[in-house]
Amino acid sequence: MSQATLKVKLGKLESLTDNPTHYCAGCEHGTLTRLIASAMDELGIREKTVMIDSVGCSVLAYNYFNCDHIVAAHGRAPAVAAGLKRVRPELTVFTVQGDGDAASIGLLELIYAAQRSTPITIFLVNNGIYGMTGGQMAPTTLVGQVTTTTPYGRDPLLTGTELDASKILAGIEGANYVKRASLVVAEIESHRGNVYTIKNLLDAKKSVENAFKVQALGGFAFVEFLSTCSVNWKMSVLDAKRFVQDHTIKKYPLGVYRDTFGVEKK
Amino acid sequence: MSKQRLYLKGNEALAYGALEAGLNAYFAYPITPSSEIPETLAKEFGNKKYPEYKFFLQAASELEAINMVLGAAAGGVRAMTATSSPGFSLKQEALSYGACMELPFLVVDICRAGPGLGNLGPEQSDYFQATKGGGHGDYRLIVLAPATVQEMALFPRIGFDLAFKYRNPALILGDAFTGQLKEDMEFPEFTHPKYDVSSWATTGAKGRAPHILNSLELDYQKHYQHIGKIFEKYKQIEANEVLFEDYLTQDAETVIVAFGIMARIAKGVVNKLRPKGVKVGLFRPITLWPFPKSPLKKLAAQGKRFLDLELNTGQMIQDVKLTVGNDVTVDFFGKWGGVVPTESEIESKLKRLEVFAV
Repeated sequence: MSQATLKVKLGKLESLTDNPTHYCAGCEHGTLTRLIASAMDELGIREKTVMIDSVGCSVLAYNYFNCDHIVAAHGRAPAVAAGLKRVRPELTVFTVQGDGDAASIGLLELIYAAQRSTPITIFLVNNGIYGMTGGQMAPTTLVGQVTTTTPYGRDPLLTGTELDASKILAGIEGANYVKRASLVVAEIESHRGNVYTIKNLLDAKKSVENAFKVQALGGFAFVEFLSTCSVNWKMSVLDAKRFVQDHTIKKYPLGVYRDTFGVEKK
Repeated sequence: MSKQRLYLKGNEALAYGALEAGLNAYFAYPITPSSEIPETLAKEFGNKKYPEYKFFLQAASELEAINMVLGAAAGGVRAMTATSSPGFSLKQEALSYGACMELPFLVVDICRAGPGLGNLGPEQSDYFQATKGGGHGDYRLIVLAPATVQEMALFPRIGFDLAFKYRNPALILGDAFTGQLKEDMEFPEFTHPKYDVSSWATTGAKGRAPHILNSLELDYQKHYQHIGKIFEKYKQIEANEVLFEDYLTQDAETVIVAFGIMARIAKGVVNKLRPKGVKVGLFRPITLWPFPKSPLKKLAAQGKRFLDLELNTGQMIQDVKLTVGNDVTVDFFGKWGGVVPTESEIESKLKRLEVFAV
């Protein structure tokens, strides 16, 4: 195994406040918060960044990111982001949406932001469930998965199969950067027994930076991050992470779906 | 365009009025009978006469358009969208958020017949939705009701001024009649005031604490205080920003209360009956919210009776009755479904009420 290092600024980040987050133990929202703030510090964009807080577990992000915020209605974050960016093009505008927000109630706003190559950055946290409201079915919920509104497992005959936001955007010409990454550490076997690799996090960090770079180049950037919701999946943190590794990732393969500026190769 | 006389449709005049008022960004969604507004603004986009007009976009839905307006307003610029009744229903969500976040922007509703798809004829049936909040939660919009093409051109400026002065969404409530009516009008000279947005706009937290535009407050006491503060602001608007027209009410025994196109028709009736010695006048609320309570109360105290005229089944009459009290006679005459009453129909109503003899 090569010596991988995660380049995350240690210690206090300028782009973060001192507030403790409300995220549950094992939730990758906290990981993403740190990765984004780290990228904001490294790119030196905090003072010209506005975050659009979307409805879902990310709605309290204004307590954590030390930048300007607008809190949007459920699903409308891409439209609010677009409105601001169009009149203040010098700003960096981004949002962190959940799968219910982006792929269900706000699918139109997401698709049309991409279709127009709107120079904004959207991070989608896909944990396959409505976390904030207590574990209802999301469009991304795996077929057969138990949620509070699919207590006998998601029935594809009634609710269809998993909606893949990255694949939808992959078919849209205006989307400049579409990538699916994972925030979930993966378990691997080694001669010392099972260990966890942060390979996914390295790639996630790179994806965040690229997504900001694409916006700076005038393009629309979207990164979907596979995540867990151990509390609502009713699993231990480790079992939830294993679930992503064993099941989620098969339905939602990681990879770069669109990259019109070629930022991944640079 | 100073002191230029033009022959325009109401919707076109409104679009030019918005440009003259220094419109920065327009977010469109087509709907009859308001579509001449985005069409005119699309045509004029890039015209060097309007250097402040920086962005025009046709959105994919009414929701997307109004949420883009929210984002642009958060950036501190003059942003606007126009729609008609079915679309206005879809705007309510964002209006609720905008009022709570105290965002200044301008929405235009060229009211048509409802409910549902209704038809393309004029109605004033969005009065409740416009003046009582309309979306969820407790809030008000500043509502202006133009009655002429001239006013369609003048009110965007008033709307933006009030929206920025009080940090609250403003609405121009027109109707299919004033929107489609074509008449001669004159543009006055406008200067574009620079509104100070430095204390709240999301322009990047450089050298200052972050600005957070938010309608979410999980601390009940803090939310109680926030809404209380907004309603203190509303009291200021009610005290200072009432607009109305008082036409031959001084010696009138009967006062017609009507707004928008209905006031225009009523004025014709007053002008027709006055030479016959009928003591009838017109009271026209121009701001529907804040509703002109004090001047109307004054007229009631002089012992006058009222006839409320509306293009609906009776909505503003609730505000009229609440204002003048139970001891004053308030009659109602309305048409709906896109039907507009003629002057003689209103005359007949006054006769039936024995305001004057045949």
